[in-house]
Amino acid sequence: MNYLRLNINSREIKVKPGTTVLQAAQASGTYIPTLCADPDLKPHGGCRLCIVEVKGMRNMPTACTTIVSEDMVVNTETEAVHKERRSVIDLIIADHPMDCLTCIKNQRCELQDVAAYLGITERNLPRTIKQKPIDDSNPFFTFNHNYCILCQRCTRTCDEITGVNAIEIINRGYNSKVSTFGDKPLMESICKSCGECVARCPVAALVAKNSIMPTSKIETTCPYCGVGCMMELGIRNGKIVSVEGSRSSQANNGRLCVKGRYGIADFVQHPERLVQPLLRKSNTLIETSWEEALNIVAQKLSAYSGDQIAVIASAKCTNEDNYIVQKFARSVLGTNNIDHCARL
Amino acid sequence: MAKIKTSKLSAGQRTVFLCHGTGCVSNEAFAIRKAFEKSIERLQLTDIKVDFTGCHGFCEQGPIVFVQPEGIFYAHVSLDDVEEIVYSHFRDNKPLERLMYKDPSSSEIVPYFKDINFYKKQRHIVLRNCGRINPERIEDYIATDGYQALQKVLFSMTPHQVIDEVKISGLRGRGGAGFPTATKWQFCHDAPSDKKYLICNADEGDPGAFMDRSMMEGDPHSVIEGMAIAAYATGATEGYIYIRAEYPLAVNRTKFAIKEAEERGFLGKNILGSDFSLKIHIKEGAGAFVCGEETALIASIEGRRGMPSSRPPFPTQSGLWGKPTNINNVKTLATVPLIILHGGKSYSQTGTEKNRGTSIFALTGKINCMGLVEVPMGTKLADIIFDIGGGIPNGKKLKAVQTGGPSGGCLPANMINLPVEYEAFANAGSIMGSGGMVVMDEDTCMVDVARFFISFTQSESCGKCVPCRLGTKQMLNILENICQGRGNITDIDLLQNLAQSIKVSSLCGLGQTAPNPVLTTLSYFRDEYEEHINDRRCRAAVCTGLVTYSIIAEKCPGCGLCIRECPVQAVTSSGKKKPVILDQSKCTKCGACFNICRLGAIAVK
Repeated sequence: MNYLRLNINSREIKVKPGTTVLQAAQASGTYIPTLCADPDLKPHGGCRLCIVEVKGMRNMPTACTTIVSEDMVVNTETEAVHKERRSVIDLIIADHPMDCLTCIKNQRCELQDVAAYLGITERNLPRTIKQKPIDDSNPFFTFNHNYCILCQRCTRTCDEITGVNAIEIINRGYNSKVSTFGDKPLMESICKSCGECVARCPVAALVAKNSIMPTSKIETTCPYCGVGCMMELGIRNGKIVSVEGSRSSQANNGRLCVKGRYGIADFVQHPERLVQPLLRKSNTLIETSWEEALNIVAQKLSAYSGDQIAVIASAKCTNEDNYIVQKFARSVLGTNNIDHCARL
Repeated sequence: MAKIKTSKLSAGQRTVFLCHGTGCVSNEAFAIRKAFEKSIERLQLTDIKVDFTGCHGFCEQGPIVFVQPEGIFYAHVSLDDVEEIVYSHFRDNKPLERLMYKDPSSSEIVPYFKDINFYKKQRHIVLRNCGRINPERIEDYIATDGYQALQKVLFSMTPHQVIDEVKISGLRGRGGAGFPTATKWQFCHDAPSDKKYLICNADEGDPGAFMDRSMMEGDPHSVIEGMAIAAYATGATEGYIYIRAEYPLAVNRTKFAIKEAEERGFLGKNILGSDFSLKIHIKEGAGAFVCGEETALIASIEGRRGMPSSRPPFPTQSGLWGKPTNINNVKTLATVPLIILHGGKSYSQTGTEKNRGTSIFALTGKINCMGLVEVPMGTKLADIIFDIGGGIPNGKKLKAVQTGGPSGGCLPANMINLPVEYEAFANAGSIMGSGGMVVMDEDTCMVDVARFFISFTQSESCGKCVPCRLGTKQMLNILENICQGRGNITDIDLLQNLAQSIKVSSLCGLGQTAPNPVLTTLSYFRDEYEEHINDRRCRAAVCTGLVTYSIIAEKCPGCGLCIRECPVQAVTSSGKKKPVILDQSKCTKCGACFNICRLGAIAVK
């Protein structure tokens, strides 16, 4: 493999061809502030915070859209770069509600991180913000346009990752906003409520409803279907309070669907959820032990074999479970009558 | 090699040409043509032909009627005038003086087109056929050596030779940035790819600019021929004309011209029997100013929202559908056939060392003669304003010239000896842009001008990048405050800083040039800003928040015109033949009373 050499802040590093300056900097541990870049999305160049100085290039290119070339000399921390970044963040802050303490994203907000990095301690420009509507139609998340910084991570996610394209920018100039076709509420659009946009929103514009800060996290596999998405459940006081996709999982690369992301806590913690086998004795269901339940099932199943019996498996089971079911049907029950509900 | 069947313009035959550009058409030029046909038929003047041309560029004089071969130019012709012209001019051979062009400065009647000052001082190279040929008849274009250049290119020149010829001509992109055309073509030519595209940028979004529209309406074939040559030189096999949907006449004429060219074998497969093929599509824009920016234009053709993307990669490397794409402006392409036909050297004789050829401006504002003006590069602004434009009306003084559309700068009256050159404009803080030129007199408030242009760029910002979307909004808010008398002296520094940041950190040309009107007015007319803020005074009496209307009692006979005109009943009578009374607490400063008063009895301060 060929490597390209470049120099970032007087440090020599080597990267693969096609790497962006932002990726090169991040790989070498150099922080460059950004609000619109996302590792899963194509470079955008909208927030203008990752501007850097590159020797021989006019103006200040954005690190996220600039591809590394051999012997490139990059400086990410000059006074000129800082000045422009500060004026960009000043503009965003002047158009953002200044209610951090009561904001649900407090301490998890990327805008806070960037502002802190740039040493912003006060508002330097007159307020431009005006009251904008809140789209509360979706049962799982809220779209509060007042917090939106138009980084377009959500719209790009909906296009590049999910391919649904439920949201795009509408209008122009200061009136630009993220919306659906015909500016309808989310629930009246083609939105699948997967929440991929919510997971990528750097501020409190798109936030899950009823979400509180967890105190610990547990990695597990989503029980909803056979794909086997890995997820990180946020736990607080023994309860699931948040769900995130695990980036390390190759089954889902951090992605989840509406069921995994917003349906888990409800059914896991549902008061009517079955936690013990039930046995029907004189028309009433009575809790019983696993041993007794399995014995009864085995005893009743052994009365049938071959074409006397059919097995229907479930899409809710994992691949491994379904494999065992068909193995059991064929080799134990001796039947090829096996089917699948095929739907969740 | 196929021979182009040449034809001749009907020289010699007496012809009435109706201007059928948008301006004249909106003033019933179609109906006027019909009336001419009818009237001439009725009088059985069989030797007189009625025909039409594209835009003459002097739209404020429209509807224009032009009689050849004598070259008589009639202005402001209405339906009712047709009979009179036909009887007098054609039956009795007495050209009708009443409708001839009257010079606004000297008030003299100028019968002949060639003597009109507005045209006399121009040099029509790109506009060579506009107003002279029928744009809906390919024979007319062929008769003016049309498609000869394409034939020459296809059968006797390699793409390299074509690019070299354009290089010798020194042609620079007429879209505004002035990038050397040959260099761009070379980049696209050198980019390795199985497929390349060519785009003609006819998304003319600057308010008041209409040179591209006039080209497409008046001479679409020279653009199409230029496209074919550019495609041959760069290796493109498919082309798009991205044109504003608000230009229906231009769209239709271009569509028709493409069809005619295809039928004649100038477009399509194996052009003129060569190996070269080119298919041209028309894409109508949806009315976004930003789509004139090349990457946004490409996004729009691809069916995405017209938003620019970062360059590099430049379109010549990765453009439409990711393929190398050469994008040229209408005027650039229309120039190309001439360069090929007469040689780059011949073209480069016009203009100055770094700025060859001519430039077209849409001259408008407080000026006697408004319209399209084509002048050699290097011409002084003063020559355009005073010699061609006929100076400022009503004896007022020139205050400033705004060039380059909404993202250009305002140059003060003392800079009118500036030559029309990309670098000279840039050094003065303005741009050539697509060629808007707004002349302003002393009744213009420069702060209000800056506010107006920023409100345009703000509402046309695509919203993608922060400095342009929010920075222009900040500037607009500050300027509105100043214009309404709520300005603070610290606002000037704030404006300056914001403007500089937006210029440096915006993504595309729209944001990078949007602050130009603010920066130039701040540097050339700073005193007006200070006056607005410190003295709460607008010397041009434009900013309503700073203006006070009052009644000059000695001059007011109490006629009551203003009482009727006032929409908020702020003016009341104080008795018969007594001066009226103006209630300042009710006055909304709309200026209706001032405009209606014929006795100068209302003062504005």
